[in-house]
Amino acid sequence: MTSRPGGGEAARPRFLAEHFESLEAQLETSTTGIWLFIASEVLFFGALFTAYGVWRANHHQLFHYAQHFLDWRLGALNTLVLITSSLSAAWSVRCAQLGRKSGLTATLGLTLALAGVFLVVKYFEYSHKLHNGLTWGASFHPSPEVLLSLPEAIRALPVPEHLGTFFTLYYLMTGLHGIHVLVGMGLFLWLIRRARRGDFGPGYYGPVDAVALYWHLVDTIWIFLFPLFYLV
Amino acid sequence: MTDSAAHASVQAASGHAAPGPHALPVRVLLGTALALFALTAVTVAISRADLGAWNAVAALGIAAAKASLVALFFMHLKYQGRFKAVVFVASVVFAVLLVAFVVFDTTQYQADVRAAARAGAARR
Amino acid sequence: MSTDAAAVAEPAVESYLRGGRGLRSWLMTIDHKRIGLMYLGLIAFALFLGGVFAMVLRMNLWRPAGGLVSNDTYNKLFTLHGAVMVFLFVIPGIPAALGNFVLPLQLGAKDVAFPRVNLLSFWLFALGSALFVATLVVGGVDTGWTLYPPYSLEGARGLGILLALCGVFVAGFSSILTGLNFIATIHTMRPPGMGWFDLPLFLWALYATAIIQIVATPVLGITVALGFMERLFHLGLFMPEYGGDPVLFQHFFWFYSHPAVYIMILPAMGIVSEVVSVFSRKPIFGYRFIAMSSIAIAVIGFFVWGHHMFVSGQSKWASVAFSFLTMLVAVPSAIKTFNWLATMYKGAIVLKTPMIYVLAFFAIFGVGGLTGLFLGSLATDVPLHDTYFVVAHFHFVMVGAVLTAFMAGLHYWWPKMTGRMYSETAGRISAILVLVGFNVAFIPQFLAGVAGMPRRYATYAAAFQTQNRVSTVGAFVLAAGLLLAAWGLLASLARGRRAPRNPWGAASLEWSAASPPSAHNFERTPVAGHPYDFTGLRQVSEEAGWVRAAGAAP
Repeated sequence: MTSRPGGGEAARPRFLAEHFESLEAQLETSTTGIWLFIASEVLFFGALFTAYGVWRANHHQLFHYAQHFLDWRLGALNTLVLITSSLSAAWSVRCAQLGRKSGLTATLGLTLALAGVFLVVKYFEYSHKLHNGLTWGASFHPSPEVLLSLPEAIRALPVPEHLGTFFTLYYLMTGLHGIHVLVGMGLFLWLIRRARRGDFGPGYYGPVDAVALYWHLVDTIWIFLFPLFYLV
Repeated sequence: MTDSAAHASVQAASGHAAPGPHALPVRVLLGTALALFALTAVTVAISRADLGAWNAVAALGIAAAKASLVALFFMHLKYQGRFKAVVFVASVVFAVLLVAFVVFDTTQYQADVRAAARAGAARR
Repeated sequence: MSTDAAAVAEPAVESYLRGGRGLRSWLMTIDHKRIGLMYLGLIAFALFLGGVFAMVLRMNLWRPAGGLVSNDTYNKLFTLHGAVMVFLFVIPGIPAALGNFVLPLQLGAKDVAFPRVNLLSFWLFALGSALFVATLVVGGVDTGWTLYPPYSLEGARGLGILLALCGVFVAGFSSILTGLNFIATIHTMRPPGMGWFDLPLFLWALYATAIIQIVATPVLGITVALGFMERLFHLGLFMPEYGGDPVLFQHFFWFYSHPAVYIMILPAMGIVSEVVSVFSRKPIFGYRFIAMSSIAIAVIGFFVWGHHMFVSGQSKWASVAFSFLTMLVAVPSAIKTFNWLATMYKGAIVLKTPMIYVLAFFAIFGVGGLTGLFLGSLATDVPLHDTYFVVAHFHFVMVGAVLTAFMAGLHYWWPKMTGRMYSETAGRISAILVLVGFNVAFIPQFLAGVAGMPRRYATYAAAFQTQNRVSTVGAFVLAAGLLLAAWGLLASLARGRRAPRNPWGAASLEWSAASPPSAHNFERTPVAGHPYDFTGLRQVSEEAGWVRAAGAAP
């Protein structure tokens, strides 16, 4: 806390805000802030996970039936995409800390691109479902073709009541997650611009660290969404 | 105060003489990612087998393991001060509390809901 | 004398009020003091608006058949009275307005950790407030502030409910950001030499409050967002007609809204801890117990939400568990109360306005807390639920206790905020009017409730007329007290005597800044001592305030 940036009072680092004594103190504060934000995000999604839990515990048949409308291969693909993007985001923090400018831009760019891939896959999943009437809640009216695509054993079962609620949960949770991915893409764009300008280095890398932490949270949430919707 | 102390010890451990930040070694980054890939494969493989209720338990367990890996290494919680870990763990605990209490309660009153529905139908 | 004069003589400090001029320098400021004052303005407006609604409601209840407003209007008025008071006055009142102003000053810091986020938080709050006012324009909402489905989300409801849900959502984010800012500030911006147990108790209270804001508010946010989408897209989560579960909404709602009661009361308790010590001229008794009981209340507060749902179809096992857990909250609350009383014991009590308000707080909070036990225990709650007993109880806690503490804090820090001393006479009379008016307004409601008068109706059985008339009279006395206080404070801006740095002889750091402080709060970084160590402080004169003798402990 007491360490002074080189140069003392005379040369104040460019990105040191007025109310901080040192860049270390500023970094410590911004990391604390982002972790508190992550805590509130956990509860934000926590409520949706509760809704999921309530329906799963009381209406198990919905999940047994509706899960077959989802393609686990696309979910697994997206899981791999997001894990790789998380690796790349963690790597970008390393590059910033070591002052490797080209590596930083490259890893940030890779993360952004992978986030884009994730959303493209998601777009195909959504459009296929919406096209076939697999919509939320009361508006759920599956087309005959999509019902035919179900496995034999499932087709033999009666269609459970309020099947649309499964898709309500699916769209809400993956949708809110998707919004977070979009926000993350905007943040990475901003970081890339600043990285190219040469703003970041061993002394000042707080924003890279903060956005990477946010991105890992987005990844973590998907780690739960994938098995909950596509697998079990 | 504990935060800054932990921060300082991390700097000391990383071997930087100058006040340089602690950067994650490549080995840790790649190792974590590989473990995450492997666990994804495992969770898919397990879901292909029919274990009844254990499917859900296994899937959630593996997801929790993966999330812990991300938090500990990618989010460098392992190297941060204690306070960040407390914040994160507390938020998860409160979320689990919400899920557990509400799911418990709804399973308990479902019987009443069904009885009321039957009674309503009988009256009609 | 000459040394005193030197110590007291104001160095040329440009006040934060004068630093920048023009509307823009206020609306786009990142100075926590200006943001705090802007919050204060909005919150005062919300209090006035909610108060006017309350007066109309009370006048309508003068006669059993009502008749002043239509029954439909009555429903809308009590809904907006509740929603405006809860979401726009009581929840943000102390933390956002007083907390924003005082927190960095008590830490000896220049600002909060994230000043821009602070401004964003203010604007979100302003937007949320505007959405609430907009519900009035489009015809109002008549669901009660709890917005329970299925009634609230039926197809026939108009635009009002959607605007109200948006308003809660937006104001909720403002609250989360404020909490985040406060915790980060207290964690990372304490001055050298100030350990955790050297924090003023107001900051412990704000810290505990911020935990709740960060953990509970997101759940409210998602709940109202789901309600919004349920109404528009028929998700099938809350509405039985689409396969939804309305009790789930109540679980979500109270997971936030019960801890929100502690968002309201904890900062109030923090103010009480400050004021009671300073005006008893005695260090606070049981500092660590008070600090830790704040955290305990914040944490235990998360385990009790189900006591709002004893008659909502919640399962009996959950009700039993919640009833038991609810009793636990009484323990830390009682610890605080006993410590405050022990602080006053053998103290040299100075009956200035803030202290009178705090004494009123003790009386009102005591009643509010004890009647809470009636409602927390399952067996007595079932008959009392949805009667005026509940109305009286939560008004004692949420209004009586929070309002008196808010007024205490406002008078206490007013000299620091504005640089002017308020009129002590007007302040004292207002405090007594508020205490008397409040009790006259709400004690009859306990009686009516026990006798069986249900809440939320525009009309009532003739048997309850006496209680209602007394209550209405009390409400007007209360309003008169508040108007007098507002007049006393505002008049001081024009006619008040200049405030010294330390008018009360308090030891926490905000009193070592100029009154009003400069844009950066302190001319030089202050040295932190213990906030309740009054040794060496002595009063030079009424005008010059208190100074610490040279050589005494800092």
